[in-house]
Amino acid sequence: MKILVCLKQVPAKDAPLKLNQAATWIREDVSFETNEPDAFALEAALRLKEAHGGEVVALTLGPARAAQVLREALAKGADRAIHLDAGEAAAGAPPLDAFAIAEAVSRAIAGESYDLILTGLQSDDAGYGQTGVILAELLGAPHATIIMQVEPAGERRIKVKRELESGNFQFVEMPTPAVLTIQSGINKLRYATLMGIKQAKNKPLARMTLEEIGASAGLNRQLVHRLFVPSKSKGTTLISGSAKEQAAALVAHLRNDAHVI
Amino acid sequence: MRPILVIAERKLTAPGRLNPASLEAIAAAQELGRHLQAPVQAVLLEAEAAGGLAAELAQYQLEAVLHARHAALAAYSPDVWTAALVQIVTAAQPSLVLLPHTYQVRDFAPQLATRMGAGLISDVIGLSAAQGEPRFLRPMFQGKFAAEVGFAARQEGAPGFATLQIGAFRADAAARGASPAPIRDLAVTPPASRLQAGEVFQEAKQAVDLTQAPVIVSVGRGIKEPKNLDLMRELAAALGAELAASRPICDAGWLPMDRQIGSSGQTVAPKLYLAVGISGAIQHLVGMKGSRTIVAINKDPEAPIFEVADYGIVGDLFAVVPALIEALRAAS
Repeated sequence: MKILVCLKQVPAKDAPLKLNQAATWIREDVSFETNEPDAFALEAALRLKEAHGGEVVALTLGPARAAQVLREALAKGADRAIHLDAGEAAAGAPPLDAFAIAEAVSRAIAGESYDLILTGLQSDDAGYGQTGVILAELLGAPHATIIMQVEPAGERRIKVKRELESGNFQFVEMPTPAVLTIQSGINKLRYATLMGIKQAKNKPLARMTLEEIGASAGLNRQLVHRLFVPSKSKGTTLISGSAKEQAAALVAHLRNDAHVI
Repeated sequence: MRPILVIAERKLTAPGRLNPASLEAIAAAQELGRHLQAPVQAVLLEAEAAGGLAAELAQYQLEAVLHARHAALAAYSPDVWTAALVQIVTAAQPSLVLLPHTYQVRDFAPQLATRMGAGLISDVIGLSAAQGEPRFLRPMFQGKFAAEVGFAARQEGAPGFATLQIGAFRADAAARGASPAPIRDLAVTPPASRLQAGEVFQEAKQAVDLTQAPVIVSVGRGIKEPKNLDLMRELAAALGAELAASRPICDAGWLPMDRQIGSSGQTVAPKLYLAVGISGAIQHLVGMKGSRTIVAINKDPEAPIFEVADYGIVGDLFAVVPALIEALRAAS
């Protein structure tokens, strides 16, 4: 199977985020990492290749720093990578939305025939949760979302396990090519080995600019007018002091004010 | 005035009943309709009119219930839903289509919006209007920020699409009409699905019913290692609480899946919910924000969990939790 995995670089989980001057996006001076559900999508692709043969191609869209997620993917076992280089966005310029990203990816892979395209179910930054489904629609391929298991089901068919609400699941079969959005926890992530990191240096990493494929934020179908720190829905009582003082104060609040212990 | 369309959803495990998230969407549409002076219509897809669901929807204050029936609509498939709804939306000419942000909607709504040449704004928690255009509030960066979002310039006649976060609007705020709304039958001709779906099933009987627990201690990534669960069990014991967790802890296998709180786990509302080392991603918050008293212990003062907490302790949980266990034991 020839598998494409779409990965996004997002701010690291515990990165302290600050808004840019125009309050339209975050400031870039934080550490970044591979979006977690996308890492699970890569792992799913690598396992399919190891069990059934084929090729895994990793793709990302982002500025120069985003190529790091591709180097990591290559070190873990992807065969080659494609970087859709968004360049350094002008200050305050909007990033691409889910539609524009899907459109860019569909243009970048036109002419290549993948059996399967995997991506995480949503990103930890914008959290649109739409890119995979839109990509499927643009490619005219069937799709399934929030996937917890993937296996081949005969000639050019796959069987997947969809997660549904409240602990329910469902198996779904479909023809390939198909697009799947992968849920975190579908598998156990591997670490890159030293050997893998060495080999990655010799693997092909192609670069295309958004201009070359005719994509830009001009394709966006939604506009972020402003970002702000949400106002607290509750008046939170913050308890300060030493750990011991905090513990004593909390117990007193729970007993005397909230009456819950 | 072009209507606002609400796509109602049937219950996954009881398709003869409405998913209550549909009523939340109706309430939201009615509220926005008042701002934009637009009527609200609801759409129902069914194989046959077995459960009287269209009549149930018609009790609400709506301009009409658009009722599409077709054998292919017996069970959900994104191909079938998208094709049927393209026909319905094209006929109804709404300015805006609102859907509840359910697992099912997440599966087809981006496909539907794209096929109609339109944009979809997902996971909306608030609605307003500016110069006759709807504005949406949605979380970004895992809830660390809220964003005010609108549609980019649209083609004349194309609707906008938005999905509404479960629990963000109140189902009991959906206004009922003085008389039942007219039910209009619509003919749809969806194609055969490319997907073959099996039965809906549960992995294993849920061993622990956290919904009945009066006190819950819930742990997240902040506990760092599985061996630290022992300390958390001690805290739970000191409070007479059940131990629960956010998704990453269960994904890693540190606690079984049946102890997971959140959109893919259990939804709880105990009298006391203690979140330890949980940042409060929206998927977790929707599963616990109805708790009577919420305590959050986290090292990051910006963690979204503090937005729903009644009591917050910013600090090192490995110092605070032992002190708390001691204080609880001393107090009992």
